[in-house]
Amino acid sequence: MTSADLECLELSKHFGGFTAVDQVSFSVPSGSFFSILGPSGCGKTTIMRMVAGFLEPSSGDIKIKGKSVLDVPPNKRPVNMVFQHLALFPMMNIADNIGYGLRRQGLAKSDIERKVDEALERIGLPGIGKRKVDELSGGQKQRVAIARCMVLQPDVLLLDEPLGALDLKLREHMKIELKALQAAFDTTFVYITHDQSEALVMSDQIAVMNKGRFEQVGSGRDLYYRPETAFVAGFVGESNRWRGKVTRAEAGALQLTTDAGLIMTGIDHGRSLAVGSQAQIFVRPEAIRVSRSGDDLAHFENRMVGKVQSLLFNGAASRAILRSAANGDDIEVSLPQSGEYADLQRGDDLYFGWAGEQANAFAAPLENA
Amino acid sequence: MRAGAKLGLFLLLTPLLLWLGLLIIIPHIDMFLVSIRERIGVGQYQTSPANYLTFLTEPLYLVTFMRTAFMSILATLLTLVIGFPVAFYIAKIAKGRLQSALFLLCLVPFWVSELVRTFGWMILLRETGIFSNLLQWLGLVDGPVEMLYNDVAMIVGLVYTSMLFMVVPLVTTIESLDDSIIEAGYDLGGSNLSILREIVIPHAMPGIASGSIVVFMLSLGNYLTPTMLGGKDSLWFTELIYSQFIVRFNWELGAAFGFMLLILSSLIVWAMLKLTGQTLEKTMT
Repeated sequence: MTSADLECLELSKHFGGFTAVDQVSFSVPSGSFFSILGPSGCGKTTIMRMVAGFLEPSSGDIKIKGKSVLDVPPNKRPVNMVFQHLALFPMMNIADNIGYGLRRQGLAKSDIERKVDEALERIGLPGIGKRKVDELSGGQKQRVAIARCMVLQPDVLLLDEPLGALDLKLREHMKIELKALQAAFDTTFVYITHDQSEALVMSDQIAVMNKGRFEQVGSGRDLYYRPETAFVAGFVGESNRWRGKVTRAEAGALQLTTDAGLIMTGIDHGRSLAVGSQAQIFVRPEAIRVSRSGDDLAHFENRMVGKVQSLLFNGAASRAILRSAANGDDIEVSLPQSGEYADLQRGDDLYFGWAGEQANAFAAPLENA
Repeated sequence: MRAGAKLGLFLLLTPLLLWLGLLIIIPHIDMFLVSIRERIGVGQYQTSPANYLTFLTEPLYLVTFMRTAFMSILATLLTLVIGFPVAFYIAKIAKGRLQSALFLLCLVPFWVSELVRTFGWMILLRETGIFSNLLQWLGLVDGPVEMLYNDVAMIVGLVYTSMLFMVVPLVTTIESLDDSIIEAGYDLGGSNLSILREIVIPHAMPGIASGSIVVFMLSLGNYLTPTMLGGKDSLWFTELIYSQFIVRFNWELGAAFGFMLLILSSLIVWAMLKLTGQTLEKTMT
């Protein structure tokens, strides 16, 4: 067990009557990539600003390498932050940007120059020190912003949705690069984002946050395949969802009747839903098998037939929306890319089905559907 | 359509061209012509640099000229030093209604004329004024104190008069500095002072330059404040110009003085821009 670089203990922040962060506790092991994933307004930026020192927590404690930093002002904390819009200093050239923190530490000029050169080397942009900030591309700025923090060798690097402003191709590329940079610098990264794919691709651990609380902390795989709450199931990845009533429950295996009258089986992963209670059921599109003949799907508990309502071509992630013949529900399914369905047309009939263990059922809160 | 657009452009430009031509270019050309002629008899003139030579050889003129320049620079610097924190507070620290209220407060004194504002200072500073009475009442001085008619009173008046013209461009430029850039400065270990020096001031430089230029020009060309608050002991160059034109009726020398003032202000503004590494285009945006 490695020691925790960053620990938050029952951290809360209230703005007037509004609770932005509510009793959040987590610890980030040394050298890991930790993401906080949540919709905008969930309080993730507030957590980050408290860790950086720009906001004072209403209660709770923040520890870095085991020491509380609540009394440490932001310019003395051993954490650095990559801002959402990077916040490179436009009045300085690249070398001065990277050297800013080192100058504040009072290093000798020759040392600063050497360290800046090393950092530029490391981010793969040697020799650009004399350039101006606005002469760089988005990806280069990104790397400079990280280098500017990393030369200070912080215990924790905070990243506040730094990829938000980049175009899609570059963002995909930067995901891989950020992960590589984290490995190269061997520093603890805390990354906040609303983009699940960024979190899933890069993180060792992800905390899914909603309304000021952590819903679940775990690896990307855990969150995706074994979501613990309905919010996580709905937020991470795509899902078909139904609301219904539990009509039979046997050792975790449930039979549910949706509001539209569809009967399906699902499992509750130990959340013990009682007969008669309201439930939400989530089924991932890729968990649904499609076929042109009903026989192939005989081993699935849930079987249906439907008409292709629309085809969503998206390369390898192509989907189809099928309208169930039974009750007119629209269900999204993944299409296998083996070419078998290349000639699928709108209005075609398809059989589809899924195993009961792929349908995740959660107790439904009464207020939000 | 194209002809219509051209006509529109022409109509739009007309007021500007009229203004430039009638009020700036033609009078200046005429002024220059007046300044280089010398009166040799009744209604008889010849072209000569005599007026400029008079200016250069008469110590009073030269001393007043240099003093005016120096005092204007001093007033500009003081306005900057006082205005910068005010502007920073309005732009970055005050939020919402307080921000607009403070900005309005800067503006309110300009709702009354400069004459009335200057009288306000006279009420405060004169021998029988409020400050003098207050000091006597506190027992700090024995008799009435005259605080008017000296350089300090005049500088106070100049700074007060030009404060708005410094604060407005500063607020605009400081406001355009992204908060996260200041935060990034703190995050990377910067102290208040280093952030001010390396981030805020370089960013605000166009505002500092344009504010300083305006304040300097206003001070240099100010007539009312030096006359009313500075009195006879603090002679201002504009007063010399006035006396040449109006009192002495020596338009030739007055015009030469006017031209010297124009050259001086252009030189100092140019030097200021060079010193701060700004260009005129940058400060005007």
